[in-house]
Amino acid sequence: LRTLPAGAPPRWVLLPALLGTLLILLPVAAVLTRLEWAELPALLTSAAAVDALTLSVWTALAATLTCLLLGVPLALLLANARFRGLAVVRSVVLLPLVLPPVVGGLALLYTFGRQGLLGGAFHVMGIQVAYSSLAVVLAQTFVAMPFLVVSVETAVRGLDRDVLDAAAVDGAGRTGILRHVTVPLILPGLVSGAVLAFARSLGEFGATLAFAGSVQGVTRTVPLEIYLQRETDPDAAIALSILLIGVAVVVISLAYGRHVRLAER
Amino acid sequence: MRSWRVLLVWAAAAFAALLGGCAQQQEQVLTVLAAASLHEPFEELSDSYTAETGVVVELRTAGSSGLVDQLENGAPGDVLATADQASMAHAEQAGLLGSAPAVFAQNHLVLVTPANNPAQIRNLDDLANGPTVILCAVQVPCGAAAARLLESAGVALSPSSEELSVTDVLGRVRTGEADAGLVYITSALQAREEVHIIRIEGAAEDPNRYPAAVLEAAEHPDEAHAFVEHLLSEKAQRVLADAGFAPVNDS
Repeated sequence: LRTLPAGAPPRWVLLPALLGTLLILLPVAAVLTRLEWAELPALLTSAAAVDALTLSVWTALAATLTCLLLGVPLALLLANARFRGLAVVRSVVLLPLVLPPVVGGLALLYTFGRQGLLGGAFHVMGIQVAYSSLAVVLAQTFVAMPFLVVSVETAVRGLDRDVLDAAAVDGAGRTGILRHVTVPLILPGLVSGAVLAFARSLGEFGATLAFAGSVQGVTRTVPLEIYLQRETDPDAAIALSILLIGVAVVVISLAYGRHVRLAER
Repeated sequence: MRSWRVLLVWAAAAFAALLGGCAQQQEQVLTVLAAASLHEPFEELSDSYTAETGVVVELRTAGSSGLVDQLENGAPGDVLATADQASMAHAEQAGLLGSAPAVFAQNHLVLVTPANNPAQIRNLDDLANGPTVILCAVQVPCGAAAARLLESAGVALSPSSEELSVTDVLGRVRTGEADAGLVYITSALQAREEVHIIRIEGAAEDPNRYPAAVLEAAEHPDEAHAFVEHLLSEKAQRVLADAGFAPVNDS
């Protein structure tokens, strides 16, 4: 502590900082103590658990892909465009970050549900969105999109304008610059945004429950399975919870580990 | 510095007053933990109990298994009333009860459809042929009852969603997001303006029984016993019947 630079905080911050860490660490540790570790493999390979895991993984991947396809162009636009109402557009895009997920679920229901805004149109096309895995992907995309957009927009804003100008002077088209210069340069931000979007999708609960419903193998993702199993089989719920905690730890180290190392350099 | 001290004294005084207030209140407040489906009749029954005894009731309603969970984790309470006997048996095994549970009401399932009944459902058999049907998950009491009922009727169906509570099933039906659902008659009656109710043959003969018991950790065991007695009184049974609950047969 003696070698800390002049800008370092006073020592007393140590106590609240420690309490803050404990507030998060202790509950996570408490979950770990509740588990019968010997039973973990059996609990995680039950038909219901496997169905939930499979569904969660593929819907979260599909949602991440959708976020990339729609979110990257959106982020590029937000980072470069200058027009009246840009701030409004940005606030709207970030809305799912602060909205309770259950509200998002209801909003999706009022849009894509049978009685929803677009429900009639989908019905004509013979597509029922609600109660399907598609609804799960939509709910996850809705809540995860802002994570990707924020991450990519920040990366694009951090780009060195001179490099982009140089590419233009050399005769590269806009799409060429995007593909060969911008994307490689923002790749770290893109990857961490995608990883965060995947993690948020994997943990999605409220919007899925309100919008998609809950049926094993179709719409019951891991968080919904945890909530249901809690009623009758707490051990199964704890086993799945620990799995999600494990995934979360990996995701955070992937997404933020790099930033921390960069900052320390 | 002086203003700090003044503030401190005031804060201490306020805190003491708060503590005193709580202690005074605790002497007369009976805490009743009840299943979510009991919320409306129990509000009325709490009022009539207070009118008779002068004891104020604090009513806390939630899903039955959630209530038992809370009690196991040390939540305070005097009386427990659940929506099925399985939850009460769980509470008994966990040593939470201070009296034998007494069944005070019965409830059974009915079919509900949106008011205009778009899929033209008439009975359980109509559910098997493709309409969007919502049930409770078998892990919760209303789902267990639905599974029993469908099995005895020989109807196999794949629900579009298995909800965690009966109110969620009702919500999907009343908003027209589903063609039909199985819910308790008491919940259906609360939404009678918005849903079409179809009685199911045999459902009333296989009801959910609602037991109540005094809790082992009750702070006011005598008042708690009186409350359970009150539930079985003629007057209380009439309030429960108005909400759609079937009376209990004293046999």
